[in-house]
Amino acid sequence: MPSNAPSKGASHPGTARASDEGAAHRRGLTGRASLPVMGAASKLNAHASGPVDGQPMVFAHGFGCDQHMWRFVAPRFADRYRVVLFDHVGAGGSDLSAYDPGRYAGLDGYAEDVLELCHELDLSEVIFVGHSVSAMIGVLAAEREPDLFAELVLVGPSPCYIDQGDYTGGFSAEDISELLDSLESNYLGWSSAMAPVIMGRPDHPEFGEELTESFCRMDPEIARRFARATFLSDNRADLPRVRTPALVLQAAQDVIAPVAVGQYVASTLPNATLTLLDAVGHCPNLSAPEETTAAIERYLADSRCR
Amino acid sequence: MSPDVDEAVDAFIGALVDDDPQQLYERAPCGYLSTTPDGTIVKVNQTFLLLTGYRKQDVIGRTRFDQLLTAGGRIYHETHYAPMLRMQGVAREIAFDLICAGGGRLPVLVNSVLERDLRGNARVIRTAIFDATQRREYERELLRAKQRAEASEAHAVSLARTLQQTLIPPNPPEIPRLDVAAIYRPAGDGREVGGDFYDVFQIGDDDWVVAIGDVCGKGAEAAVVTALARFTLRAATVQHREPARALRVLNEVLQRHDATRFCTVALVRLTRTDGSWRAVLCCAGHPLPLLRSADGQITEAGRPGALLGVLAEPALHDTELTLAPGEVLLLFTDGVPEGRRGSQFYGEQRTLRVLGQPAVSAAAYPAALLEDVLAFQAGYARDDIAIVAVRVPEAGTR
Repeated sequence: MPSNAPSKGASHPGTARASDEGAAHRRGLTGRASLPVMGAASKLNAHASGPVDGQPMVFAHGFGCDQHMWRFVAPRFADRYRVVLFDHVGAGGSDLSAYDPGRYAGLDGYAEDVLELCHELDLSEVIFVGHSVSAMIGVLAAEREPDLFAELVLVGPSPCYIDQGDYTGGFSAEDISELLDSLESNYLGWSSAMAPVIMGRPDHPEFGEELTESFCRMDPEIARRFARATFLSDNRADLPRVRTPALVLQAAQDVIAPVAVGQYVASTLPNATLTLLDAVGHCPNLSAPEETTAAIERYLADSRCR
Repeated sequence: MSPDVDEAVDAFIGALVDDDPQQLYERAPCGYLSTTPDGTIVKVNQTFLLLTGYRKQDVIGRTRFDQLLTAGGRIYHETHYAPMLRMQGVAREIAFDLICAGGGRLPVLVNSVLERDLRGNARVIRTAIFDATQRREYERELLRAKQRAEASEAHAVSLARTLQQTLIPPNPPEIPRLDVAAIYRPAGDGREVGGDFYDVFQIGDDDWVVAIGDVCGKGAEAAVVTALARFTLRAATVQHREPARALRVLNEVLQRHDATRFCTVALVRLTRTDGSWRAVLCCAGHPLPLLRSADGQITEAGRPGALLGVLAEPALHDTELTLAPGEVLLLFTDGVPEGRRGSQFYGEQRTLRVLGQPAVSAAAYPAALLEDVLAFQAGYARDDIAIVAVRVPEAGTR
């Protein structure tokens, strides 16, 4: 490029060095992001606890939050089971650079991640515990690789949130677009200045006394896409194809997945048990952890007798 | 005591009475609402009833807080608000729409705290509700503005791409008995229209023009001048056989143009004489082209001349040379020699080394040179790069 003023010299060592550092920085970032094989465990911020030789229990969180959703339930199994917690890509401490709008446009990409994680950690006979949308992610994963899973525990599952013909999901298409609006107005409070603080916790310390800033926070664009993938999904046709024994845990009053939907899931899965909880709300794992834990323990004890 | 002081005391006592705890709660400047941990409403204040139009008996003991929300809000409540409250004990500045008694909607901002007993069991959720009608309207405007800005940015990017594609001929035309290849790589991420251009066009039988140039600056204004330079050169080379005269025409046009933009050009007129080509070459402020002989000797071609758009009478000199079979003429913009790594320039030596490699097609040289310049800059081009190679095929190969 000829310089703007003919007298201006071509070389500016000072600025050149500064921009060179900038370029090196960019290279570093892209270099890391473009590593051809990134481990699923690090991508998904996975944490394992409990005996190494214990039967694996993989806990998956639903739309809106992250693995801390299981903090009152998962530790109760860590004395006997190999407990694995993780964040879906885009949530919690997951690697945001791994978010690919194409891969995660539907639930299949999330199910792929679960399978990759199980293989990477060399898990077998997996008890998969999925809350909310992760219940269906577990269904898809078990449909794809039935031999990997011993049990499915589905907490507040819904194969389809929108009413379709005779099926009552509980919501209309307008309701879902209202949710997207709701997400948008709430994410006005999500400032990009906060993003590095929220997402940049390198070691992701266990949930302690301090408030975890990332809980229920997500990049607005990713949250929108995840909401669409979740609430516009229809996995009813997948249910009859799942051979894995399943427990459906249904809260008595759940506005997101009403009792009728839980009953539908339990009766459509070939091999499922339905347990109704007294708990109110969509997150019995948070609001009624005792009851939730007891129901899972009872089911697993019974399944050993089968 | 003076009457003034008496008045002040009366006012104080009046305010004290009006602001007893009961009044403070009932007529606070925000709605208050208390619920059980599962959301059942147990207590509300007057302000809440005024805001929403409900009567106390409509809601107390009968309604859960989430039942006052729109369907979308209920999902947000279950997936974000309730978990946050359970985990952190507080939820702040949550935007909801309340469904009022008459069915209307009230945009609100909600703050909640979860109180626990000494044993840590959840006891009560206290919620403050603020009317956010005007704020929400403003936020919607902000959101619309943001969406418009994003849309127009996407539009600008696609416009820049389209412009760039029209400014740069994707492939030089097929020329009988002459092998021409070109390559173009915009600076950075390619979002901005650069000022580099090249053009290859025919004047008559076995009579061709190759031009490469660089307009200072970037963006729309530079793009206008780039287009102007290209079309002027196309017209001027038809009128004037000598490249120097055609470039003087361009100089005049640029000087008359409103935008104060400078431009460098290397212009070559190629006419065929049997197996060889006669090349008349003029350089206006542009890096001198390189001539590679069949045995790999490399020399600069042409004489340096003044850049265009600055001086009324720029010094410009035509140089005549013969391109024999196997010889290559390489033209490039300053994105090549001025490719930078730290304070180091890519420079002439590296160019000569790449050009020294033997190749049987013109296309090999621009490709190899671009790759090497980019590698030198670790893949990040700070400036546009344009390269054109003209090679005369050996007899019998074309």
